[in-house]
Amino acid sequence: MTPRKKRLTLILGGLAILGVATALVLNAFQKNLVFFFTPSQIVAKEAPLERTFRLGGLVEKGSVSRDGVMVNFVVTDTFRKVPVRYQGILPDLFKEGKGVVAQGKLGADGVFVAQEVLAKHDENYMPPEAAEALKRAAQANARIEAGQAKEMK
Amino acid sequence: MIPELGQIALVLALAVSLLLSAVPMWGAYKADAALMGLARPLARVLFVLIGAAFIALMASFIRNDFSVLYVASNSNSALPLPYRIAGVWGGHEGSLLLWVMMLAFWMLCVAQFSQHLPQAVLARILAVMGMISMGFLLFMLVTSNPFERLLPMALDGRDLNPLLQDPGMVAHPPMLYMGYVGFSVAFAFSIAALLGGQLDANWARWTRPWTIAAWVCLTIGIMLGSVWAYYELGWGGWWFWDPVENASFMPWLAGTALIHSLAVTEKRGSFKNWTVLLAITAFSLSLLGTFLVRSGVLSSVHAFASDPKRGLFILAFLVLVIGASLTLYAWRAPTVGLGQRFGLLSKESLLLANNVLLIVATGSVLLGTLYPLFLDAMGLGKISVGPPYFDTVFVPLMTPLVFLMGVGPLARWKQAELPELAVRLRWALVVSVVATLATQWLAGKITLGTSVGLWMAFWIVASVCVDLWDKIKPASNIVNGLRKLPTAMIGMMVAHLGVAAFAFGVSMVRTYETERDVKMNINDSTEVGGYVFTLRDVREVQGPNFVAARAEMAITQGGDKPVTTLYPEKRVYRVQSNPMTEAAIDAGVTRDLYVSMGEQLDSGAWIVRIYHKPFVDWIWGGCLIMAIGGMLAASDRRYRARKTADATTPQAMKGAAA
Repeated sequence: MTPRKKRLTLILGGLAILGVATALVLNAFQKNLVFFFTPSQIVAKEAPLERTFRLGGLVEKGSVSRDGVMVNFVVTDTFRKVPVRYQGILPDLFKEGKGVVAQGKLGADGVFVAQEVLAKHDENYMPPEAAEALKRAAQANARIEAGQAKEMK
Repeated sequence: MIPELGQIALVLALAVSLLLSAVPMWGAYKADAALMGLARPLARVLFVLIGAAFIALMASFIRNDFSVLYVASNSNSALPLPYRIAGVWGGHEGSLLLWVMMLAFWMLCVAQFSQHLPQAVLARILAVMGMISMGFLLFMLVTSNPFERLLPMALDGRDLNPLLQDPGMVAHPPMLYMGYVGFSVAFAFSIAALLGGQLDANWARWTRPWTIAAWVCLTIGIMLGSVWAYYELGWGGWWFWDPVENASFMPWLAGTALIHSLAVTEKRGSFKNWTVLLAITAFSLSLLGTFLVRSGVLSSVHAFASDPKRGLFILAFLVLVIGASLTLYAWRAPTVGLGQRFGLLSKESLLLANNVLLIVATGSVLLGTLYPLFLDAMGLGKISVGPPYFDTVFVPLMTPLVFLMGVGPLARWKQAELPELAVRLRWALVVSVVATLATQWLAGKITLGTSVGLWMAFWIVASVCVDLWDKIKPASNIVNGLRKLPTAMIGMMVAHLGVAAFAFGVSMVRTYETERDVKMNINDSTEVGGYVFTLRDVREVQGPNFVAARAEMAITQGGDKPVTTLYPEKRVYRVQSNPMTEAAIDAGVTRDLYVSMGEQLDSGAWIVRIYHKPFVDWIWGGCLIMAIGGMLAASDRRYRARKTADATTPQAMKGAAA
């Protein structure tokens, strides 16, 4: 093999490994992206049924009920509500009236089955997803109120 | 008074770092020995000043000086002394000071232990490190002053975040920062070499021990963080692919690639450009990690209250450092020239493949970490990338890497022969496959994923044995043979065995762990992994700054044979009134028993989570073995012996005289 051919083989080999690896990475990446939906979007049926996604908002006050290791609670963006079911131990900072992010799948019965519940890490901190859900709901609310005000006129 | 002294020390340190980054560099450019000679004393003065500031902050913590805003926000008079000391790096400002402190320490080490370096090279290296410390000191003084006074002073502090009140807090951040910042040495060596135009085997040999030392610190730092997360967060996981963990893992991957490519540059003079690029990459990723963690763009336990000005400053600094070093690289690298030629199958080509795989792995972590941030910043929606992505990517990337780990050390430089390698390794292959199947058969379940993981572990062990045997065979007896092996070689083998232990632990715990969430009343029993757990009692106990419900969980095995009693707690810290789960673990070589408490139900029963985790400690044991291997490699006499030889070579003499 001439030195030139050898170098070419090396470069091609390297590029082949790189290409295969990149294809693999991107494919895995696309398959495993976890999207985020607010309670309003879920009620509006914008969320997928058979795919894992994240739901964020506030734990509605008085909505937490336990049955052994099963926990049911309601996540709200102060506008719309979604019931959530979770089996297991909730994080330490999970509290009624506080921000929460749950990751899981939406059942056909409209109940979100969480595989994982994430809460904030300290007192003053709101998970960004939960904050986003509240913000969007507030904006939607404002738009609707503005619309109603127009109609009244 | 003490905080003001600390403040003055920081301002002086900024002035000194300015001198250090300009004067020796100018001296090296003009070949002025007097100016270059200033590099070493200036580095020492910088260390003393930053050290003084650090001690001043620590003293404010120890004395409970709540007139300092940072102390008042991160400490409390009821906080035990070790955590008041660790509180120094419990928040944004103090952890920056720790960063700069570590940088000053590495500079001091370079100044002390580089007597053999040509004066111009040392002057440039310390000047580059001076520039980095100048950037960070400026950042601290402008946006995040740890000594800011609080008027009127607080009566008591707001306490350290309960999650951080743990022995891990004392050891994990300093170690991790030692590693992060340590890559600045390799970076400074590379920039100095690019500036001076002397990229040669000498340069690689000087850089190697420093790079390995930083890598060792980073390995231990990441390991400590992982152990801490395992017992503190109460979820029993040891790695979460959290963006902040990824931020420390990326420099580790790049650093691992750098160590291997430095070996080629030193021995064969090849890969020079690539090695320099890797050194720049490793340090840039350290800076990126600092940016991600400290700017508040990430939400995690590591992220502190965010201030957009801070994020912007670090981002600008990051762009400046990476931009400037890549420009320099683009300008100087073409003059470096290629090294020795090598064959298609040779140690060089195998190490090249190692580098490609490690860099792809780094890139995939980077993608998974930055893409969600990028989308969010662009307002294109919120997404997250979780463990499934990283798991899917890492197994197929690591499998060929581990295969190469077996072949690479046995292959010859320049040209290796495939049939010869195959013959030498055929027994390793057979043994590793048999061991994999036998282990799974004994454990009672055979799966494809576990087979791959366990095979990696056994393949490494078997191939290291073959390598070791081939190397000591020529000697008269085994002891003599072992004694003749270079320390660096032994270090490599030990580090590779560490990877084997790690892979073994991961595979075993993944496949054979059992987890159970149960509702338990007093005297209820449940069985997990062949052990019977009985809840004997739950009572209230008082800690120094918390109250806790403490459970007494008796564990028995095989009838009534007592194993141990565990005391998991549910704590409530008084100042921040946050509940905190304190898991209890019975650690062992072959398994961990892990109990953590959930909530109490209205009926008085407790929800309890119990894990049986086989061989989980091997994961951290493996990291420790890797680190020990690194220490051995860095301590090789070759680096020191040749260094003293260098001091007398004409070139070094010329450098000293110039």
